[in-house]
Amino acid sequence: MNDGAPTLQVDNLETHFFTKDGVAKAVDGVSFSVGRGEIMGLVGESGSGKSVTGFSILGLVDPPGRVVGGRVLFQGTDLLTLDAEGLRQLRGNRIAMIFQDPMMTLNPVLRVDTQMIETVRAHDASVSEDAARARARDALGQVGIPSPDERLRAYPHQFSGGMRQRVAIAIALLNKPDLIIADEPTTALDVTIQGQILYEAQKLCRETGTALIWITHDLAVIAGLADRISVMYAGRIVEQGDLGDVLDRPAHPYTRGLLGSVPGHNTRGKRLYQIPGMTPSLLNLPRGCAFKARCPHGDEACDVAPDITTPLPGRALRCAHPQLDAGGRAP
Amino acid sequence: MTVFIIRRIMQSLAVVLVMSFIVFGGVNIVGDPVEMMVSDEATQEEREKVIRSMGLDQPWYVQYGRFVAGALEGNLGKSFVYGEPALEIIIHRIPATLELALAALLLAVVIGIPLGVYAGLKPDTVASKSIMAGSILGFSLPTFWVGLMFIMVFAVMLGWLPSTGRGDTVPLMGVDVSFLTLDGLAHLFLPALNLALFKISLVIRLARAGTREVVHQDYIKFARAKGLRNSRIVLVHLMKNIMIPVVTVLGLEFGGLIAFSVVTETVFAWPGMGKLIIDSIQSLDRPVIVAYLMIIVLIFVIINLVVDVLYSILDPRVRLSEIKS
Amino acid sequence: MSDAAATPAAATPAETVKVETPFRRFCRDYADSRVATAALAVLAAIILLALFAPWISPTDPYDLASVSILDGKLKPGSQSMDGMTYWLGTDGAGRDLVSAIIYGLRISLGVGVMSGVFALCIGTAVGLAAAYFGGRVDAFIMRVVDIQLSFPAILIALILLAILGKGVDKITIALVIAQWAYYARTVRGSALVERNKEYIEAAQCLALGHNRIVFRHLFPNCLPPLIVVGTIQTAHAISLEATLSFLGVGLPISEPSLGLLISNGFDFMLSGLYWISFFPGVALLVTIVAINLVGDQLRDVLNPRLQK
Repeated sequence: MNDGAPTLQVDNLETHFFTKDGVAKAVDGVSFSVGRGEIMGLVGESGSGKSVTGFSILGLVDPPGRVVGGRVLFQGTDLLTLDAEGLRQLRGNRIAMIFQDPMMTLNPVLRVDTQMIETVRAHDASVSEDAARARARDALGQVGIPSPDERLRAYPHQFSGGMRQRVAIAIALLNKPDLIIADEPTTALDVTIQGQILYEAQKLCRETGTALIWITHDLAVIAGLADRISVMYAGRIVEQGDLGDVLDRPAHPYTRGLLGSVPGHNTRGKRLYQIPGMTPSLLNLPRGCAFKARCPHGDEACDVAPDITTPLPGRALRCAHPQLDAGGRAP
Repeated sequence: MTVFIIRRIMQSLAVVLVMSFIVFGGVNIVGDPVEMMVSDEATQEEREKVIRSMGLDQPWYVQYGRFVAGALEGNLGKSFVYGEPALEIIIHRIPATLELALAALLLAVVIGIPLGVYAGLKPDTVASKSIMAGSILGFSLPTFWVGLMFIMVFAVMLGWLPSTGRGDTVPLMGVDVSFLTLDGLAHLFLPALNLALFKISLVIRLARAGTREVVHQDYIKFARAKGLRNSRIVLVHLMKNIMIPVVTVLGLEFGGLIAFSVVTETVFAWPGMGKLIIDSIQSLDRPVIVAYLMIIVLIFVIINLVVDVLYSILDPRVRLSEIKS
Repeated sequence: MSDAAATPAAATPAETVKVETPFRRFCRDYADSRVATAALAVLAAIILLALFAPWISPTDPYDLASVSILDGKLKPGSQSMDGMTYWLGTDGAGRDLVSAIIYGLRISLGVGVMSGVFALCIGTAVGLAAAYFGGRVDAFIMRVVDIQLSFPAILIALILLAILGKGVDKITIALVIAQWAYYARTVRGSALVERNKEYIEAAQCLALGHNRIVFRHLFPNCLPPLIVVGTIQTAHAISLEATLSFLGVGLPISEPSLGLLISNGFDFMLSGLYWISFFPGVALLVTIVAINLVGDQLRDVLNPRLQK
């Protein structure tokens, strides 16, 4: 066991998509770490590469995509060097994943108990079916699903969206994983359910020491949940640090833009801020900083891809012009 | 569920009734049955006697009524050629046809599904591409010609298998079946394969299309994320999802198997219903034709009914929506 | 906005400005498959053979004067009495197989295409009517179509031929009746998609006549799937006619299609004279496979367009 060492350490991960229109660098040198019981928020717009990062960790990237470089150290073992069987043994067992769309995550023609029991028995064939069913029932109870015995015998389409996602979360918890990767798990749910699930997720991590990577585009969700935050843009992490610090003092113009566009009570009546321009196509990234075209501070210095700097303690940044005045919001 | 079944049964009965009308009308009214019964030199009086004895002088609705009444009792007329009740003759031949059709169905499933799933999982391999090319051949080749080629290659040139006829039979629950004897199997194999060829191609394409569609679904990715073994993902998660369209089509096509057995039975001289109908059409044995058509319609209606019910069992979403409506 | 799919959502790169008519693009997309292009070439050759049979065929196999039974059952490559080579051999009565096949192609193709065209017209009209008028009309028509489609085409053809008897016109009728339902269902499906769009409502508000709405607006959108179904159905029709002729309930002897040729050769086969059935079969096979390949590629090329 490695106390003190992070549960997950990602170094310079690169995942590229080889399409007939060119190579898209969906994940272009991403590094972060998550410790025991820590919640890391991975934030970015769609197309920023955050979901692909999550899939890359578990080796679930589909062709034409492929992990082409970097290291993913899970409790000391580099996942990228594991063979298929080695990965299979970790998935759903020590590392679990929750997907975004609860509608399609569960197989519609199989009962819920089947789908839960198989998760248990895939990793420990010695567990009897009844024992596995008992664990499934407990997991359902843990996520707050009433009358779990009846629910177990039901089919996915008989559940509402929020319930289905809870089932998916229950499945993730079945084998008491050390790391959970949650890919926008509450995006498709309504706000009240979202709040409940966020609260329960936080409680869980604190109690069991499970590390959690929460991938989302919604800063508001992260603000109430995570310990640390990584902001992604066009396949790279542009800012990383403790949540409170980053939210108080965002150093990257993009982060500022994101924060500025969150409706808050002091912008009531004023026009909502929007970062001008659009995310660039990953097939056609400019050389240098990918955000330059939309950034009010961009200049020739930004034509070279910025390296990772540490302008503030505990903060990683990729920017030639860090915005270091405190309390900054919109650039 | 029962409401659903009852409704389907009522529909099926309606279809049978309509078809009986069409068949009866077509065969007995469009043609002139009397021509068959009497020789050319018969006098007018003799003709009229025959007409009266067959009830052909009655208006059509009376004739039809008698036909239906007779049918319900199991009397569909006597064969002109064999002199025996048409229904009996046909029923006597049904087991042979069913045996052939079921054997073909089995071959289609056993050969088609694994090949199709493989082609769907690994679409870019040489094996996959050959399977798909083979499937195009399989459903373009006219069944009768393939049958001829089979006979020529396997029976005449290689001498491995017998060329025509049905093998030894043993009674099973009162019905004579040939698959329980070795000789029977040898005789059954080529015709069954011939009949199945079209269906195998169909199943391969269905299974492949279904596999390619299902493999990209989120729930398959989720199954992998749960750490399930590949074998389980393919055999349970994938299979159950592609079985639905495959079963539906196969069920509907089973009727096609019975219909197409007409061809295979003729080529291989297999003594089933199909050969009987061809002979009857050629010899204009109308009662047998009518009886055959009625029975075939009945078989089809039953098959469609069974498939509908099976479908609702396999796909729980269908059941639920029926209950709701 | 699910990034769960593997490819990231990317804005398309700037497109080069090039004017290309839809037809050109269709040809280019079609030619993407070499197999399908080859199939099209083969098909064109077959059609030409069939059309110009009397001029291309080495002999006229049905001219009784030129056929001698002494030439019968000759192997492929044999010589005739007057020095002509029978490339594919002769049949039992001494007819040159190459000529018989060419003429047979003509009949098979002719009957298949003609019945297909009629079935297409009828099916399209019915399908359009069902889609346009909707409601009870639609329900009734579709019920009939569904019921007919639940019976295999060969059965329907058998029933009809049992009633009607032999003859070119009768088999054409049987084939048409066996096929129209496929066309009707396809056309109704795509017409329905169009019908629910607003511009049809607008046209109705303008009190444009039914005919005009149906033919100018609904129909063109049904063309792509219709073309695909038409191609594949024609292959079925040709196969069906061959099967029926082989069984002896199809075309009469005076119109020898490929099916009849094959049937004639059946008896000889068991004595090892394989060519009499084999070569007509190959000709039939090549025709059907070519049509199916073309139809497959048409379907692939035309479909994504529908979804745009």
